[in-house]
Amino acid sequence: MTTIIFWIFVLFTVVSAFKVVHSHNLIYAALSLLLTLFGVTALYVFLWADFLAGVQIVVYIGGILILLLFGIMLTHKITSIQITQLNMQRGVAGASALGILIILLWMIFRTPWFTMTSSEPLGTVREIGILLMSDYLLPFEVASVLLLAALIGAAMLSRKTE
Amino acid sequence: MDVLQNYLVVAAILFVLGIYGVMTRRNGIAVLMGIELILNAANLNFVAFARFGGMNLSGHIFALFVIIMAAAEAAVALAIIINLYNHFRTINVDEAGKLRR
Repeated sequence: MTTIIFWIFVLFTVVSAFKVVHSHNLIYAALSLLLTLFGVTALYVFLWADFLAGVQIVVYIGGILILLLFGIMLTHKITSIQITQLNMQRGVAGASALGILIILLWMIFRTPWFTMTSSEPLGTVREIGILLMSDYLLPFEVASVLLLAALIGAAMLSRKTE
Repeated sequence: MDVLQNYLVVAAILFVLGIYGVMTRRNGIAVLMGIELILNAANLNFVAFARFGGMNLSGHIFALFVIIMAAAEAAVALAIIINLYNHFRTINVDEAGKLRR
């Protein structure tokens, strides 16, 4: 049963990711991106990453996707007729993407991966909190400075210059 | 679902689709969506290796920092795209090739 649900979510993720890069309407692409992010969240849950699944929902779906939708609505004329959203490099891009995919699949199935069996933890929030406050304290603080800089930079860039 | 390769294949497909989107889309925001797909593929790899490498949570921390960076990047990139729209009245990246008006 779990296996069937897993494959349903995999199919869901891949098909909606395909729609993200292929749909002609940008709003549809953004909504497909929502479904893709949701599918990746489900895969996180299958990988026992409960905290990351929550963060993915809150930050990606609640933050970045809304930001993208705002950007589309501010800059895109929804009523205008767009002939194509794709440029002339479709053949080259498809060929190189297919080449990269073949190389990656070859690498994935040829490598004898070292895997360890481990038992499912009772939630990861506690351990992640301890790690963030001990081993990864400096990156954590640097990330806060980065977010502040991005906030100020975005506000300054989008302000009207008189 | 308990095999590492399944997750790696999904991540590889997401990565390739993201690359394809970045290379073919004309709209700046659609290019950004491709970048989000690529970052998600990398995150999926981090979490998968964390799960199958003995539940080592450093992979989760890395994925967390990638998400933080994606948020900052999306905010700044959208500010730049809106500026581009105010200057050129278009956000097609192949038409907006000049730095000045």
